[in-house]
Amino acid sequence: MVRPVGILALQGNFSQHAAMLLHLGYAPIMVRYPKDLEACRALIIPGGESTTMSKQIDRNGLRAPIKDFGKKNPIMGTCAGMILLSNSKNGKNMDPLNIMDFTVDRNAWGRQVYSFTDTLKLHFDKRKQFKGTFIRAPKINQIGKQIKVLAEYNGEPVMLKNSKHLVCSFHPEIGKDTRIHQFFLKNLHD
Amino acid sequence: MAKGTFEVKVGLAEMLKGGVIMDVTTPEQAKIAEDAGAAAVMALERIPADIRKDGGISRMSDPIMIKGIQQSVTIPVMAKCRIGHFAEAQILESLEVDFIDESEVLTPADDNNHIYKNDFKVPFVCGARNLGEALRRIGEGAAMIRTKGEAGSGNIVEAVRHMRTIMNDIQWLTTLNHDQLMSAARDLQAPFALVEQVAKIKKLPVPNFSAGGIATPADASLVMQLGAEAVFVGSGIFKSEDPASRATAIVEAVTYYKDPAKLAKVSEGLKSAMKGIDMSEIPENQLMQERGW
Repeated sequence: MVRPVGILALQGNFSQHAAMLLHLGYAPIMVRYPKDLEACRALIIPGGESTTMSKQIDRNGLRAPIKDFGKKNPIMGTCAGMILLSNSKNGKNMDPLNIMDFTVDRNAWGRQVYSFTDTLKLHFDKRKQFKGTFIRAPKINQIGKQIKVLAEYNGEPVMLKNSKHLVCSFHPEIGKDTRIHQFFLKNLHD
Repeated sequence: MAKGTFEVKVGLAEMLKGGVIMDVTTPEQAKIAEDAGAAAVMALERIPADIRKDGGISRMSDPIMIKGIQQSVTIPVMAKCRIGHFAEAQILESLEVDFIDESEVLTPADDNNHIYKNDFKVPFVCGARNLGEALRRIGEGAAMIRTKGEAGSGNIVEAVRHMRTIMNDIQWLTTLNHDQLMSAARDLQAPFALVEQVAKIKKLPVPNFSAGGIATPADASLVMQLGAEAVFVGSGIFKSEDPASRATAIVEAVTYYKDPAKLAKVSEGLKSAMKGIDMSEIPENQLMQERGW
């Protein structure tokens, strides 16, 4: 059975998420219109520019459909996608979707010259470390009661989940390690 | 922890895909660009159309002006240095710009060499007109390629020519057997390892954007359909009559480039585009695309 998984394809790195889904045997659906969500069992909001995506979500009537989708289906947000799933109020020039109960500081690791890769431990798979790619990454600050931390880096939480959704401040779509995508998608195996 | 690796540099280029990078000369213009949904801005003192008109030597922008733009927006800020001018690039790196454009729009500083970009922590984008030129720049460490087009012309014809040429060159490589790739590398004047890689992955090893002449939503759709992964708009926005509306329309056009009905809608009622110039009106020695080696 091919399981269709949507990727919000307004702006950003949707193509590398699609390549990873194909590799894992899922059918990626590029989501640009509300009707594209109807066929999806899950949604990925990729990295890119959160200001750009936030404006395009509103211009193209996607805010309410994505929020409704998230009530029943799992969503994964990476980097800008994580910012969009948060309920940060300080989102200067952008409006998060308020789907998960945590807040972020955007670009808190610094400008591009401070972007980096480093290994981190995944709490759900301690056999091998994960190489995280942090590009102008956000930092997580407040975390709600229902949220569980799945990975930390230098004592900072960098990956969170609640009962349905998953976010990380780095880019699991960069590289060949598919464990984070697999962890997210395992909910779809009925 | 690894900073400034090729992987981290290409990472930012990947994040800009599907977006529009807009030339801006003031913090106010940068705000307009960000509000329209630009994925990044290019901070420069004069947009290419004015550089073309004013003549003289065109150099890296005043650091004060770049800092003012960095403070006014949260999206990435790029800046241009002259071809081969690694001292300008070192200065821009110290200002922590997010991307450096080693650009033919400025007057070249070295008529034989480009900057050795692997020496830097900040990523570089470079222009190219064909696959060989693109792979020479990537060999030097460029993390993003943009087709050159003809900056400041408002004329899409050169951007189309360069995108088609690169795509045709890539397609040609994929038809060759392995024992033909060395002669292909010789003909392209490109590093052999990169020629091998392109033949295998059937695309450039870094994101490939389009630049130089995009003035309308339809122009953006055209280059996206030809294979661009994002677009740079230089003079096209702030030389038009209503920059904010045009900027927004081009942002939507890059996302919905395959949807003619949507493109029709975003193109409605935009005031005049920049006037533009026919290629025959530009003397050959004033073509910016000829700069770079």
